[in-house]
Amino acid sequence: MCTVCGCSDDNVKIDGKSAAGNGGQSHSNEKSEEHHHHDHHHHDHDHDHDHHNDHAHGHSQHGHHHEQHHHDYGKGSAGVSVPGMTQSRLIQVEQDILAKNNAYAAANRTFLANRAILALNLLSSPGSGKTTLLVETIRKLKGQHDVAVIEGDQQTSADAARIRETGAPAVQINTGKGCHLDGHMVGHALQDLSLQNNSILFIENVGNLVCPAAFDLGESYKVVILSVTEGEDKPLKYPDMFAAADLVLLNKIDLLPHLDFQVADAVANMRKVNPAVKVLQVSARSGNGLDQWIEWLKAALAMERVGQAGQKSHVSSAAE
Amino acid sequence: MHEMAICESIRQTLEAQSQAHNFTRVKRVCLEIGPLSGVEMDALRFGFDVVMRGSVAQDAVLEIVACPAEAWCMNCAQTVPIQKRFDACEKCGSYQLQVTSGEELRIKELEVH
Repeated sequence: MCTVCGCSDDNVKIDGKSAAGNGGQSHSNEKSEEHHHHDHHHHDHDHDHDHHNDHAHGHSQHGHHHEQHHHDYGKGSAGVSVPGMTQSRLIQVEQDILAKNNAYAAANRTFLANRAILALNLLSSPGSGKTTLLVETIRKLKGQHDVAVIEGDQQTSADAARIRETGAPAVQINTGKGCHLDGHMVGHALQDLSLQNNSILFIENVGNLVCPAAFDLGESYKVVILSVTEGEDKPLKYPDMFAAADLVLLNKIDLLPHLDFQVADAVANMRKVNPAVKVLQVSARSGNGLDQWIEWLKAALAMERVGQAGQKSHVSSAAE
Repeated sequence: MHEMAICESIRQTLEAQSQAHNFTRVKRVCLEIGPLSGVEMDALRFGFDVVMRGSVAQDAVLEIVACPAEAWCMNCAQTVPIQKRFDACEKCGSYQLQVTSGEELRIKELEVH
């Protein structure tokens, strides 16, 4: 098990089932005596999202292309150079380290865009009020738009249960020791949810202001939730997260009278790391500001519809 | 941040490359990592040795090429060097900066046999 961030795919559970067994796919456990992560290297994606591999393929072809540039230089460890006697060679890889995750995310994004689904990756530290905000948001959207939720937590399915009480379908991903959701986990969860066309999908990431910033899930937007009890310096302390945000929800503003929290300072700090970021002030508890948030969601959902329509007309005109 | 997961991703890439390019041993792995990529070099080096154990890259030398962090200053309309994400433009003091490089997180090349 990982001692640094503990990311281990072995422990990932989707609604209590092992992600490995999900969808009839079996991750090889033959190397389980070694580092836990190793299993991941051996698994082939012969299941539903086979198309993911297309992307990976693109990358490996990239590698092939560079193969022609091998520099053979028969230089031994003793420093003796013997022309023509190749001991080692250089391979130009030039590949993004997160390319694999990005390929899964791209497949998720295509899946969602084809259905005009607005997918939001909700990111925050633990205890910022994500789930409460989500429950209130779903209540407000009830009867107007279909909503589904993917819940990411290290352990327990408590959050998914809270969401299901509202009537919205929810899938819980337990990351085990993992510190973030990745494109692969979300791809599996997408198969488990029966998503309606032009609906809203909330992906509640693991409560963590660090790791989830780097992992694209295929979402339309990253929404970071910062509660006023956390301090206005958080955007500077965790700049990667705020730099990646499309929208920041400043939550628990009903508590402002009891705190020294300066909203203007917090927003200024967010703008320092992300000049383009939008900020909305909300309180899930008092309901303040929720109407603007709902308006934002509806506008974003409309954009997905327009995007899908645009894509369709593009395809049909290309076919003509 | 999640250096172990990044090392895992590197290992997967190396295993795939070993099939594609027919090699069994990696002597040296060269990575290109920008100062804004969110990766802690010490944690990455630590994770690298642990994760590569038992792979084609066991005992491989890890070489990290740092690249400069730069941003486009909208005020000055030119590229300026930065150190951190929330640095002000060193010329005009504005925070209206668009990061243009420094987020690299790439495997550059491998020395194999």
